[in-house]
Amino acid sequence: MSSILETRGLTRTFGAVVAAKELNVNILKGEVVGVIGSNGAGKTTFINMVTGYLPPSSGDILFDGKSVLGRKSRDITRMGMARSFQVAQLFPKLTVMENALVALVAAEGTQPSFLRRLDTPKRRDRADAIFAEFGVSRYRDALVSTVPQGVRKLVDIAMALVSRPRMLLLDEPTSGVSSEEKFALMDTVMAVVRQHGVTVLFVEHDMEIVARYVSRIMAFYSGEIIADGPPRSVLGNAKVQEFVVGHHLNVNAVLGATL
Amino acid sequence: MLFAKLSASATTPALLLMAAIFAASAWVMPAWLAFLLTLAFSKALVVLGVVIQMRAGLVSFGQALFYCVGGYGVGLASQYLGVSDAFALLALGTLAAIVLALICGWLLTRYRDIFYAMLTLALSMILYGILVKSSALGSTDGFNVSPPSFLGWVPEGDAIKRTLYLLTVGVSAIVALGFHSFMVSGLGRVTEAVRENEIRVEYLGLSPQRMLFANYVLAAGLSALGGGLTAMASGHIDPDMAFWTTSGEFVFIAILGGTGHVAAPFIGAIVFSVIRTFAIQEAPNTWQMTLGVILLALVLFLPKGLWSLVERSKKREASA
Amino acid sequence: MTTLIAILIDGAIYASWLFLVAAGMTIIYGVMRVLNMAHGSFYAIGAYSAASLVSWYFSSDQGNPYWSLLILPACAIVAGAIIGLFIEQGLLRFLHGRDEILMVIVTYALMLILEDATKLIWGVNPYFAYQPYKLLGQTGFGEHLRFANYDLMLIGIAIVIGLVAWAALNRTNKGRLLRAVIHDREIAIAMGVNVNAMFAATFVIGAILGALAGALTAPAISVSPGIGVEVIVLAFAVIVIGGLGSIGGAAAGALLVGLARSFAVHIAPEIELFVIYGVMFLVLAIRPQGLFGQTLARRI
Repeated sequence: MSSILETRGLTRTFGAVVAAKELNVNILKGEVVGVIGSNGAGKTTFINMVTGYLPPSSGDILFDGKSVLGRKSRDITRMGMARSFQVAQLFPKLTVMENALVALVAAEGTQPSFLRRLDTPKRRDRADAIFAEFGVSRYRDALVSTVPQGVRKLVDIAMALVSRPRMLLLDEPTSGVSSEEKFALMDTVMAVVRQHGVTVLFVEHDMEIVARYVSRIMAFYSGEIIADGPPRSVLGNAKVQEFVVGHHLNVNAVLGATL
Repeated sequence: MLFAKLSASATTPALLLMAAIFAASAWVMPAWLAFLLTLAFSKALVVLGVVIQMRAGLVSFGQALFYCVGGYGVGLASQYLGVSDAFALLALGTLAAIVLALICGWLLTRYRDIFYAMLTLALSMILYGILVKSSALGSTDGFNVSPPSFLGWVPEGDAIKRTLYLLTVGVSAIVALGFHSFMVSGLGRVTEAVRENEIRVEYLGLSPQRMLFANYVLAAGLSALGGGLTAMASGHIDPDMAFWTTSGEFVFIAILGGTGHVAAPFIGAIVFSVIRTFAIQEAPNTWQMTLGVILLALVLFLPKGLWSLVERSKKREASA
Repeated sequence: MTTLIAILIDGAIYASWLFLVAAGMTIIYGVMRVLNMAHGSFYAIGAYSAASLVSWYFSSDQGNPYWSLLILPACAIVAGAIIGLFIEQGLLRFLHGRDEILMVIVTYALMLILEDATKLIWGVNPYFAYQPYKLLGQTGFGEHLRFANYDLMLIGIAIVIGLVAWAALNRTNKGRLLRAVIHDREIAIAMGVNVNAMFAATFVIGAILGALAGALTAPAISVSPGIGVEVIVLAFAVIVIGGLGSIGGAAAGALLVGLARSFAVHIAPEIELFVIYGVMFLVLAIRPQGLFGQTLARRI
């Protein structure tokens, strides 16, 4: 199995704060990796750096073996790495359909035309298919600012998938979503993702959700990765229990809930 | 929703109908009205330039720059290059503006919000300063623009103003139809997305800057058209065309009309011209104050402009 | 050599004037995030009040001419306070936290209103109040250079105001509170700082500073309609170069622009306008947030 995303000595400081310290990460094609860690541990900073939004202070980032250091986010997306956001980043005054249409025209790779309509039957059909996959069809013509949080998160992720990325980074996909709906959301997303053979990395706080879908967990603390490996060993790791999950997590029960 | 769909598709025939009505009235309306409408429609073209940038989330406080370049382009080509054909003159003025926009836009589209607003203002004031100091270009007096010819035909007397009016109506109609289609085009809608969330557009694989640049150049071209038409209709150009208060009027009309529909700037420009004619007659020393008070009232109570009243009444009819 | 001294001193004089004009505008932006397009109107109102009062003082022969020098700041403080309070309490108070561009449009509308208001109050004919200017005499440098002492005094006043502003912000408790509000309004509110009172005070101080710049300039110019408008774009250029919200930045920007313009005026007068905006575009191209400004990247 080959490496799809690799970081070498990735570091980021904000003045005196070390948000990321010499991160060495190697994600292989097809993996589903869970990222855990308390708030401020550096998980979002990691995603921001790897997707080109935040320049690292030092270190290198390789996607498919090629360095993407210094590349803009739009180039990295075009190369095949997409992401979703902790707070869904959508176009509030546009409808859900229009949001998808924008994502679709962007994925086509050419500059948007100033003559041809955005809203074409072909794009509409593709958008409708995506909405069906994600179960948000009834919100199709609603303004994004009016739809529920869970739907927004789904649309956010759907838009990232439109460009058929080879790797998808999800930043807290279930945050802000009620506990009953968390599993439904993740089931939907992971079903779509598995269909297209996408490598996935997602940040999550709910251990049951993490355990249910991943083959590997990376635990962040204070800008460093304190454990990286199969769920059982990471969740049972003393440091992880100290700094991330707490000592009372019933590891067996959580892992027993996996497939 | 059905009603909205109906009215959206009714826009094109409605625009054509209005254009036809305005054009046909040329022979029956009084000369002063035709002149007022000529100037109003020309202004509306510049306002469309402001609206294009507003839809991108940017306010241009210096659109008068391109209005002035368009006007001076026409004036200079007529005076010094001996060009007399109206279409050629307009093309030259617009071309000059586009070249300038290609240069300035590269720098300007790196900025947003108040920086963008004030930098556009600064650029227009630089032009103003250059024109005022340039005696070759007539300095503060500017100079006159002789009436143009139209593909060989030289109108005389009343026909001059009438032909210019018809030209302006024609250009406005074409531009309006073009803008209507632009609003729902790929670039038009994605530009709105840039306004809503630039970072997401970047993450989707597009360059927000490039889109804003395209809008900037398009707006410049339209504004130059408006400036050129004004120059021909009023027969005069001067540096005030680039002064910041002129830009302010364009912003005012854009806010007055609203940015939601192509007809809005035209309606706004007509309303503005009417108010202005009365105000300058009745109370010349309080014209600025009147503008200021109305502008305040608009942004506080009717931020989407007069067009939002039309939309509200449409919604009421649709739900009734 | 003489030219060099002339350039430096003229530059310092112009820089002082720029600083006085721009200081109030940058303070208001820094604290309230309001880019006050009406700042030029404060300047004009300060100039008009000072000019009319000084003219009256000398025409009715009230007494010692040196008192006229005190009339200038007195006018500024009173006029600035009145107009500042009126605008802040009457309008801006209800618009706290609104979009920055919206505030530019609001203050632009205010400027339109105040421009005509000034014309209504003082008429359209120019006012002259040159007596204080002439009063202080001149200083010579060598054989050919003469500078009005009034202009040189401006340098001193600018330095004093700059130092007072710096001390107020960095050495007093109220100043520290203000810096907290500048840094993070929400947290300041959460911690119980009376942000509304701070905003009102800031706007009034900014208005007074603007009026002061106008009042101090009045004796050197013919005070007529439109002087406020000329000043606005210049002031913006200065504070943008220095970094929005930074007083030190306003000083640095004023110095840079002042010297550059002075250089142009003495060596190549045609490019005077270019020089000012050229410096602005150059600084922004290299450092978009200005010399002392802070970048704010959106958190996602």
